Amino acid sequence: MRIGVFVTCWGDALFPATGRAIVGLLEHLGHEVTFEPAQTCCGQLHWTTGYHPEATALARRFAQIFRDHEVVVTPSASCAATVRTAYPRMDPALAGLRVYELSELLVDVLGVTDVGATYPHRVTYQPTCQSLRALGLGDRPLRLLRAVRDIELADLPEAGECCGFGGAFAMKNADTSVAMVADKIARIHETGADVVCATDDSCLAHIGGALSRLRSGVRAVHLAEILASGLGAGEPTEIPAGSRSAEQAPRSDAP
Amino acid sequence: MRFSDAARPELAEPGARRARRQAAAAARTGRAEATEEAPDWELLRDAGAAIRDRTLGDLGAHLEALEAAVIEEGGQVHWARDAAEARRIIRRLLPAGTEAALVRSDVTDEIGLDGGEAGPHSKAAVVGAGFLVAETGTLVIADRGESLSFPGTLVVVAGLEDVVADWTDLEVLLQLLSRAGGDPMRPAVATRTGRFQLVLLDNGRTKVLADPVGREALRCVHCSACSDVCPVFERAGPRPYAPGRPGPIGAVLTPQTRGVEASLGASLPFASTLCGACGDVCPVKIDIPGLLVHLRGRVVESRRGRPVPTPELLLMRGIAWSMGDQRRYERTLVRRARWARLLARDGRIRRLPGLLGKWTDARDLPAPPRQTFRAWWRHRR
Amino acid sequence: MSAREEILRRVRAAAPGPDAGATPVPRGYRRHAALPRGDVIARFGERVAARRAAVRHVAADELVTAMAAMLWAREAKRIAVPAGLPHAWLAGLDGVRTLTDHPPLDPAALAEMDGVVTGCALAIADTGTVVLDGGRGQGRRALTLIPRHHLCVVHADQIVGTVPEAVGHLDPYHPLSWISGPPAGRTLEILVVED
Repeated sequence: MRIGVFVTCWGDALFPATGRAIVGLLEHLGHEVTFEPAQTCCGQLHWTTGYHPEATALARRFAQIFRDHEVVVTPSASCAATVRTAYPRMDPALAGLRVYELSELLVDVLGVTDVGATYPHRVTYQPTCQSLRALGLGDRPLRLLRAVRDIELADLPEAGECCGFGGAFAMKNADTSVAMVADKIARIHETGADVVCATDDSCLAHIGGALSRLRSGVRAVHLAEILASGLGAGEPTEIPAGSRSAEQAPRSDAP
Repeated sequence: MRFSDAARPELAEPGARRARRQAAAAARTGRAEATEEAPDWELLRDAGAAIRDRTLGDLGAHLEALEAAVIEEGGQVHWARDAAEARRIIRRLLPAGTEAALVRSDVTDEIGLDGGEAGPHSKAAVVGAGFLVAETGTLVIADRGESLSFPGTLVVVAGLEDVVADWTDLEVLLQLLSRAGGDPMRPAVATRTGRFQLVLLDNGRTKVLADPVGREALRCVHCSACSDVCPVFERAGPRPYAPGRPGPIGAVLTPQTRGVEASLGASLPFASTLCGACGDVCPVKIDIPGLLVHLRGRVVESRRGRPVPTPELLLMRGIAWSMGDQRRYERTLVRRARWARLLARDGRIRRLPGLLGKWTDARDLPAPPRQTFRAWWRHRR
Repeated sequence: MSAREEILRRVRAAAPGPDAGATPVPRGYRRHAALPRGDVIARFGERVAARRAAVRHVAADELVTAMAAMLWAREAKRIAVPAGLPHAWLAGLDGVRTLTDHPPLDPAALAEMDGVVTGCALAIADTGTVVLDGGRGQGRRALTLIPRHHLCVVHADQIVGTVPEAVGHLDPYHPLSWISGPPAGRTLEILVVED
């Protein structure tokens, strides 16, 4: 299949390892990956902060770029949710874009649950609110994770409770946001996991940033990086690579 | 007061937070059991939402029918444009010295009533309505039904949205209210037809009704399920929402009844992570997250007309402008990343300047990698 | 302009009237319990028990002895009964003083009662609810609110399956009390009589 990647503005600048992992993974599975460089932002930030005309303009631009793609994949469940549920509210003409979050793409479109990855670490999975409620991802990410060799999955208690990121909420209601992530981190620590994994680099930046500030040692890793691990395609490494905390493993990025 | 400022001291009350957490956990378990046990729960929600919308769409006719039915059955109806008028009416109905029991509810809090608890010598009672059936002039109370056994004057305070068109509507609404609150049926439901003094309260509800999107919030049946699941309410408690109703439903009603200009109405729509837990449990399918985004739009629009743009408006316009063109966007990426790396030590940014400092008050941010995704893509060919 | 006129004017300006093309209310929910009678009765018993109320099923000729046994077990020495409660029900109550609430007992006298026995208008299987409507053998609301123990007699043919069935049978012009479980600090027992 020919699959276009939408890496998101956040991912492009701050978490390129996630995008690289998706490319490596999909090519390993035998698909052709394209990247349309005109892409910028889906408009989620402006939509959720109340700047609706600006959001609609960005959405129209996004639709123009991706309308003719057969399939688009994104590592961000919240961006996929924006395209699916918010775009029709901005403008009915924006409905029907075929944009999938990664686990939806793998399980529903490509029919794959075992991608051949190896990840010998204790991992707990945080279903982000947009993935859980707006996209209804259900157990797709867990099915993919369970097929990963040597992984040890630990259930996260109260997994459905919000981590407190909420985009602008982290800034406008900073104290409450921190109180919420404190509880989320306590739950993560209860699992004894070394890694917390999710389908959104935005929530992971918030959780991972707090884990890092606390010197917890637990790292926040995107699902894509786990699924791309140990595939032998040359790109990702086996150790917890590209964490959302700052203890980044040395990377041999070719410039 | 701005929500975030009012919430801060509430976070420093671990006892109250713990109590809310425990109450919420018990309520969630009860609700999960009570709703899973009803095989037609989703169908009831669909019917409930439609029944409420249909009534709100023709509210004037139903209010007049209710008034006629109550009078026919021996009661009286009074109309209050705001809380102060409601209080004046109630003072007139209960002469000084009457021992009146107050059965507290959201609406009695809204108009600022205080009074004694019920006792064996209570000669009258003031209660907040559950539902008022227009077809028959019947009051339905789902909690503290014993208040209907008091002799003497019964004063009922109701918001305009408490009216229910037909008696048979209760076959859906009582189930929704009860199961969302954790019981197959509320333990003590009571009804009385006529023979009460009804005070119908507007207090901004007609403003909510006038917004075709925002009006959905008036479907509310006062079950409090949204508050029970809200992680923000759990931590902040009811006070930051005051004087409006607490919890997610309050966050979508108060900005509409009090306006989005003042600090409470302007900040309430942002007192949410949009996690969506409330929308999932609302028995009448109010899309609270959708309403919050809609109201955020109204807040921003109310500020656009200002002669001096807010810093936030300038920032958001700037970001939108950068995102609107590939080259502008790429130049911004390079500039921002370079600047951010200057702030980093050992791969971490510990402190961001200005408003962004709120992030780094409690979290690290990773230093942006040397190579953006798009630069990597360009170079891999 | 009076408050009434102003409010109605605002309401009509905001919501002019029903849409011509409004879709009807979707009524896919359960309206009737498609269950055999025996299952409906059994379901009622389960739901009542789940609401922390005791329930006993007896045949008609066992009612008198069952009622006596239940009241003795609660040590109820003085009970109030509404007007119209069948006298025959109370035939087995040796050593128990029964007072008929007609004319109504004053609050002090009512507060001294250990319990009350009533019938009901109907019962709902899905929710374990008994509904009293102030009719014959049920009495006024205060009767079920003040004495610490309430024993409610339900004939099996008074049990309906669902809440919609109950709402369809009940008369909104009567004062209804829907009791689903005992109030705090009090006990509720249901005696289901099957013919």
